[in-house]
Amino acid sequence: MREKFDAIVVGAGPAGNAAAYTMASAGMSVLQIERGETPGSKNVQGAILYADALERIIPDFRDEAPLERYLIEQRFWMLSDDAYVGSTYRSEAFNRPPYNRYTIVRAQFDKWFSKKVQEAGGLVICETTVRELMFDGDRVAGVRTDREGGAIYADLVVLADGVNSTLAVKAGFHPELKPKDVALAVKETLFLAPEVIEQRFNLKGEEGVAIEMGGNITQGMVGTGFLYTNRETLTIGVGCLLSDFAQQKIPPYVLLEQMKTHPAIRPLLEGTELKEYVAHLIPEGGYNAIPKLYGNGWMIVGDSAGLVNSVHREGSNLAMTSGRLAGETVIELRAAGKALNTANLALYKRKMDESFVMKDLKKYRRLPDVLHKNPQFFTAYPELLNGAMHQIVSVDGTDKKSKEREVRRSFGQRRGLFGLMGDAFKLWRAFE
Amino acid sequence: MHIVVCIKQVPDSSQIRVHPVTNTIMRQGVPAIVNPYDLFALEEALRLKDVYGAHVTVLCMGPPQAEAALRKAISFGADDAVLVTDRAFAGSDTLATSFALASTIAQINKNMAIDLVFCGKQTIDGDTAQVGPGIAKRLDLQLLTYVSQVETVDTERRDIIVQRRAEGGVQVLKTRLPCLITMLEGTNEMRFATQAGIFRAARHPVKIWDKTAAGIEDPAKIGLKGSPTVVSKVFAPKPKTIKAELITCESDTPKDLAVTLIAKLLTQNPNLETAIGKGAR
Ligand SMILES: Cc1cc2nc3c(=O)[nH]c(=O)nc-3n(C[C@H](O)[C@H](O)[C@H](O)COP(=O)(O)OP(=O)(O)OC[C@H]3O[C@@H](n4cnc5c(N)ncnc54)[C@H](O)[C@@H]3O)c2cc1C
Ligand SMILES: Cc1cc2nc3c(=O)[nH]c(=O)nc-3n(C[C@H](O)[C@H](O)[C@H](O)COP(=O)(O)OP(=O)(O)OC[C@H]3O[C@@H](n4cnc5c(N)ncnc54)[C@H](O)[C@@H]3O)c2cc1C
Repeated sequence: MREKFDAIVVGAGPAGNAAAYTMASAGMSVLQIERGETPGSKNVQGAILYADALERIIPDFRDEAPLERYLIEQRFWMLSDDAYVGSTYRSEAFNRPPYNRYTIVRAQFDKWFSKKVQEAGGLVICETTVRELMFDGDRVAGVRTDREGGAIYADLVVLADGVNSTLAVKAGFHPELKPKDVALAVKETLFLAPEVIEQRFNLKGEEGVAIEMGGNITQGMVGTGFLYTNRETLTIGVGCLLSDFAQQKIPPYVLLEQMKTHPAIRPLLEGTELKEYVAHLIPEGGYNAIPKLYGNGWMIVGDSAGLVNSVHREGSNLAMTSGRLAGETVIELRAAGKALNTANLALYKRKMDESFVMKDLKKYRRLPDVLHKNPQFFTAYPELLNGAMHQIVSVDGTDKKSKEREVRRSFGQRRGLFGLMGDAFKLWRAFE
Repeated sequence: MHIVVCIKQVPDSSQIRVHPVTNTIMRQGVPAIVNPYDLFALEEALRLKDVYGAHVTVLCMGPPQAEAALRKAISFGADDAVLVTDRAFAGSDTLATSFALASTIAQINKNMAIDLVFCGKQTIDGDTAQVGPGIAKRLDLQLLTYVSQVETVDTERRDIIVQRRAEGGVQVLKTRLPCLITMLEGTNEMRFATQAGIFRAARHPVKIWDKTAAGIEDPAKIGLKGSPTVVSKVFAPKPKTIKAELITCESDTPKDLAVTLIAKLLTQNPNLETAIGKGAR
């Protein structure tokens, strides 16, 4: 029997689930194909969930989604080898519902989201890998899976197969990812009793904290680290550009192990027990690396389109928003009786351009390049900042003026006056 | 031929952890899988279906999420699935479980007479290997345990010939139908589901039966009430702390390695030398 659907969604991550849910809720016949044993079994996010993106899809998700802790505190740390300078923002405003950000365990969250897709009428099949797209002329007519008799047809295929989308590459929709446009992140989940988490991080109930880290922990590579509190686990990870890993020849797990021994981090991990270790790629090419988002009979959403804002470690919200907008595009076109061809699907791109997704990525479009060409942001500055802090804080009989001079000297010596000004300008341009 | 295969959904034991603080087993987030032994039973039933033609019904008692295990069986080629699920089953031991399953099988039998019932050898979470024999006894079925292969089934003569792994060899046994078989592991290889099978599994209406549908009238025979076995205590054995030691050796010739090792053994266990000496004499 020939299987044919209104739409096929490849992948059951946040992007695919958002697209499938949106289309299925509108009464379309939707098939979603996931290669993992269950939705989420292959997914590796940190993971912070930004409520807004999901709220626009499932307004009452808070009542049923498996959420770990809501974040009331955000710390930023800049680490040298044996110190860190940091800032903390903690607010009671974050302690009032509706909460803004949550930690989640992706394996459970994705499974829940997938159940919503099924409740909306979508057909979800797992343990099935899409091998390639099927074409009818230049129109995508369906997919072929790894199973016997795996040709499945549809009016539209949504590619939500995540970073390193081999399907899109194979179909010639975008070129192979370049190592400088992708980060490799490694992450551990560590068991720790909830009471201990709460005590150690100054939390109560379901409150949570997120720590973002930069500096010597990445050993000169372009990248960052993070530590999040879940209900009864901690998530700790570090990610750096693949090209840097290749050059520095530091195995990622060694980097994470060394990060865990940093004097500021080690005490936070005391008494934990490893639950799982995972590694995953993150697209980091930014705005300039975004491929064409649509074509005749297809659209591409989420990580497979490179939609990650690495400055703010946002990915899942961009994924969900792009999935929703892709779904809404199709619903609109179908309601107007329009074909799902290249010209009409351009509506998806217009919706994306109007959304925060493209606006944010555009804002930081220069950043990947700047950071890549200026390793001092990851090497010299953490040392300098920590050194300066040390001068300012320690009381040792030196007068304050001399201390200030010493701080200025240290910066000038490392980067030179023009270097400092240039760096400031580059950063300003990148964040402008 | 009508074959019923009993499958149980179990936590993936390779992913179970003991909570470091409370020392209890943490089931949260542990994926559930089909009891691996039961896949050999299912594959053997599907093989018979390929050879003789058969209607294969899979049966599971468990919580609502156990439906996933049944769908998986459908994707491989089972024709029908029954999930018996009821809060009243909570706390069932092997006596109560085999009672409930036997009663369900009797109900299934009313719609289509059953020739064969397959069970796995045992489960990876309960490990008792009692449920299969328990069902056979209650339903008065012939019982063949530790079967490694079904050779022939003759529905005319109503007999079956199987190979059974026993200590020191293989027995070839013949008995009457209807019969219950508990299937040994490693005896066949589960097939890969086709695309059509995957679609069938995703769409198949799994029958969900409560205790009444399963034909159970006496609530005292199921759940905690029907379970005389009591778990009085669960504990994790203290892990033995034996330190590994790296023994270095000048060269890596077999002789040097052996001499170094023996020297090490003898210095650590001074009595060994005399003991060996006595033995030699
Ligand atoms: C360590 C780490 C930490 C992160 N932290 C955060 C965070 O805190 N907050 C945040 O918002 N984002 C974070 N991200 C980014 C976020 O995880 C991604 O942006 C998000 O998962 C993208 O969703 P997606 O649906 O596009 O892709 P994915 O979640 O990767 O889903 C793709 C799915 O497609 C399936 N698939 C792939 N190929 C095929 C195929 N051929 N056939 C069938 N199925 C296929 C995969 O199995 C997978 O389930 C983090 C990422 C990493 C790696
Ligand atoms: C001492 C003890 C105390 C227990 N106490 C409790 C308790 O308090 N609460 C509780 O919930 N559980 C309890 N259990 C677990 C429960 O008794 C068993 O899960 C259940 O009776 C099946 O036994 P088993 O797993 O050893 O199966 P086995 O006898 O090893 O299974 C053999 C075969 O029978 C079939 N089979 C077994 N169970 C099922 C099923 N549910 N559906 C379909 N087919 C099946 C399968 O084909 C399986 O391969 C206890 C177990 C033990 C050993």
